[in-house]
Amino acid sequence: MSHTPLSKIQLNRRRLLASATGLAAGLMAPRLAVAADTIKVGILHSLSGTMAISETTLKDVMLMLIAEQNKQGGLLGKKLEPVVVDPASNWPLFAEKARELISQDKVAAVFGCWTSVSRKSVLPVFKELDNILFYPVQYEGEESQRNVFYTGAAPNQQAIPAVDYLASKDGGSVKRWVLEGTDYVYPRTTNKILEAYLKNELKVAPEDILINYTPFGFSDWQTEVSRIKAFGSAGKKTAVVSTINGDANVPFYKELGNQGIKATDIPVVAFSVGEEELAGLDTKPLVGHLAAWNYFESIKTPANLAFIKKWHAFIGNPKRTTNDPMEAHYIGFHMWVKAVEKVGSTDADKVIAALPGTQTPNLTGGTATMLANHHITKPVYIGEIRPDGQFDVVWKTKELVPGAAWSPYLPGSKDLVADWVKLNCGNYNTVTKTCGGS
Amino acid sequence: MAVARALLVALTFACAVVCGLVFDQAAADAAPLDQAIAHFTADDFDETLAGVNEVAASGSARAEIIITALQNGKLMFSAEKKAVYIQDDAGNLTQAATGQTVGGAPPDDLDNVKINNRLRGIIAAALGQLTLLSRDPQKRYDAAQAVFKSRAASALPAVEAALAKETDGRIKRALEEARAAIALNRSGTSDPDKLAAIKIVARRGDQDALALLADIPAHESPAVARAASAAIGGIQTRLSVWEAVQNAWYGISLGSVLLLAAIGLAITFGVMGVINMAHGEMVMLGAYVTFVVQEAIRRYDPALFDYSLAAAIPLAFLFAGAVGILIERTIIRFLYGRPLETLLATWGLSLILQQAVRTAFGPTNKEVGNPSFMSGAFDLGGMVITYNRLWIVCFALAAFVALIALLRWSRFGLEMRAVTQNRAMAASMGIRTSRIDALTFGLGSGIAGMAGVALSQIDNVSPNLGQGYIIDSFMVVVFGGVGNLWGTFVGSFLLGIANKFLEPYAGAVLGKIAILVLIILFIQKRPRGLFALRGRAVEA
Repeated sequence: MSHTPLSKIQLNRRRLLASATGLAAGLMAPRLAVAADTIKVGILHSLSGTMAISETTLKDVMLMLIAEQNKQGGLLGKKLEPVVVDPASNWPLFAEKARELISQDKVAAVFGCWTSVSRKSVLPVFKELDNILFYPVQYEGEESQRNVFYTGAAPNQQAIPAVDYLASKDGGSVKRWVLEGTDYVYPRTTNKILEAYLKNELKVAPEDILINYTPFGFSDWQTEVSRIKAFGSAGKKTAVVSTINGDANVPFYKELGNQGIKATDIPVVAFSVGEEELAGLDTKPLVGHLAAWNYFESIKTPANLAFIKKWHAFIGNPKRTTNDPMEAHYIGFHMWVKAVEKVGSTDADKVIAALPGTQTPNLTGGTATMLANHHITKPVYIGEIRPDGQFDVVWKTKELVPGAAWSPYLPGSKDLVADWVKLNCGNYNTVTKTCGGS
Repeated sequence: MAVARALLVALTFACAVVCGLVFDQAAADAAPLDQAIAHFTADDFDETLAGVNEVAASGSARAEIIITALQNGKLMFSAEKKAVYIQDDAGNLTQAATGQTVGGAPPDDLDNVKINNRLRGIIAAALGQLTLLSRDPQKRYDAAQAVFKSRAASALPAVEAALAKETDGRIKRALEEARAAIALNRSGTSDPDKLAAIKIVARRGDQDALALLADIPAHESPAVARAASAAIGGIQTRLSVWEAVQNAWYGISLGSVLLLAAIGLAITFGVMGVINMAHGEMVMLGAYVTFVVQEAIRRYDPALFDYSLAAAIPLAFLFAGAVGILIERTIIRFLYGRPLETLLATWGLSLILQQAVRTAFGPTNKEVGNPSFMSGAFDLGGMVITYNRLWIVCFALAAFVALIALLRWSRFGLEMRAVTQNRAMAASMGIRTSRIDALTFGLGSGIAGMAGVALSQIDNVSPNLGQGYIIDSFMVVVFGGVGNLWGTFVGSFLLGIANKFLEPYAGAVLGKIAILVLIILFIQKRPRGLFALRGRAVEA
């Protein structure tokens, strides 16, 4: 643990110093301001409030990546300097802090946000001040912005393959589906896509789909779980697709375990449960339940083993897990570094133009490529929970899946494409041949 | 002499024959087993599946041990050496086929044989067949249930054999049900046999039976289809009655959680009139005390783990109570009679406490284990009661009774009641009112800490734990009637049960909204809640 506070102190001192010089420079001579010889990188993750549980880790991994880059000589001959702010799980504060990072601290790029609502709240700021945001979390899609690079999974890189797996023979030939989610934008949109996909592509009858939402932080799962149990006893193989968010997962899985619903009876596949969330649980009753991600800590590639080793050394705790959004930041950061080196500048417009096409190896084998729609190519893995809280990969896609910003299964978005290279548009309608604009 | 020599020769010969036979037998045993085990080195689900089936069919005495190890993730393999091992809990390896200990360093590419859900189902069925004749009755019962679920026709001879030997009535019934399930699932069963099977399955009458009956193909003869749909109807009626009972139980269980979270507040807010927004954080502190106690027990004496909660309850009470007294002495006592300032100050305090815990323990969830007596569930008729919920109901009731007794019969309770009813009079009778204020606030906080111990069993132990309960707690206290503990008691159970009866129809989100709307309407009609205090105390 000795690492974190130390770097924090340095950071604070440096920030103080930097802002002091900035102030002095502003007062005395504009020439002095150019003398700053670091490239600043903004880190916009909640360190307090509800989302701190997930986002603190991402702040730490960014500090690690930046420290590592500096050890290798920095970027363009300058050192990188992390600027950490705490938006405190407060969505409007995200926008304020983003503005502060860009206008006051003059960061070259920002890595941050977790929830979709926090991303939506900072979008106008990034557009107005023309800066770059790397967004590392799996999300509902239906968006492509010029200033944002989505390094997490789009629905076609997580939700759709997971459903395909469950419907396959190895997944148990599931015929009946429960879509269980927390009541907010990500589960609602994902479930809309999944419902359309199940009905139209897998020909599932409407009475074989049960969609249910619960409030944030829901903790009394008795009724819901017994309802799932009853729904699953109609003689057809049933599975639960869970978009339950964050804190509500632990009581949900506890109730599943206690009511004796085993993965062999009704498997649950989750899109928001990773190694980190399982750390607060006794996982023995949950063995066999599934999660779909683009990264698992248990995948033994040399790059991943090295990453885990570095992470443990950096954080000073050999028990801390790694997870999918951490890998997304790893990929996003290396892509940004490559793009900056390619254009020889941190100018936002130049870097945005250079990023599509940039490639960087991901941690689990294969190469991630930034696409023209600002999403990346990813492998998709289905993992089963092991007794030790890690995942065994039971299935993976043969090839990398390119992220699709707009879902072809939703009536509102099936004609839309995003292409910032040729069309310079995030929502080009292929039927009317027009760009929808923002 | 010659006789003796002849005898010796004969004996040696006999011995050699017998030994040879034994060796032959062992060799015959080992050959299919070795072949079967070789499948496990392929690291492929289909190969592993073939391996399980062949091991189960080999008839070897090692079959059960090997498949159990596979189920528990303890079956290891080395692709390089083409060898399969079983790992024990200490990490030592034995040869899977023979049980011989493996010396020396483990192979470099040692990994466990991976299984997925499809395999888990097949393994459970295979183990079910292998353990139908086990000496342990519970194992036999589980085996019969596994066969019932898998409905694998291959298990029929084993089920018949087990039925012939079984003496335990419960297991016998389970075996009969398993046999009926196989009969219904097999294509060659005659109609009368199917009708008999439907009767047996219908007698079981639970959701598994429903699933089995609903799965009977549509092309069956009319008599079978009719019998099946009649049985389904019967089971559904029975289950719907049980569902109502189950909802009531869930309501009681939710009510007990609300009661636990609210009784502390019923004292600090209800009796003292302090709007304590940091109440939830006292609950959270109690949960972290549980975590610390469990960590200490895990480190120093894991055998005592089942007593961890018993140790945590008084510690959480004392710790949260001490924090409560500290808060009262340093902040709240300066703010009596200024509800708005109290609200803001305690709100700020709750943020400070959350962030302090986040800094000390990290932002991630902490694992608080369930003691063995609080894990799992038991069936009561057509419903499932989980032990942790049952214990929490008992604990909530015990805590409530203890609190009522304390207030009714102890000197402190008497003084507390005196101070809240008429402060000036109590002071002139020689009661140190400021000391009583501090102790009362400490008592409310301490009870919240105890609630945290219970809630750590069903919820996340994270710095945000308390936030989820603060609104509900205020709701219960206001609904029940401020200043009245019995109001809190009745209010929490009423709200819990109403919530759980609404939830299946309205969904969790709308159900909660409906409850809030109902409470608003109720408060319009009865502004002082269910049990309004009358008399002079109201004016005080």
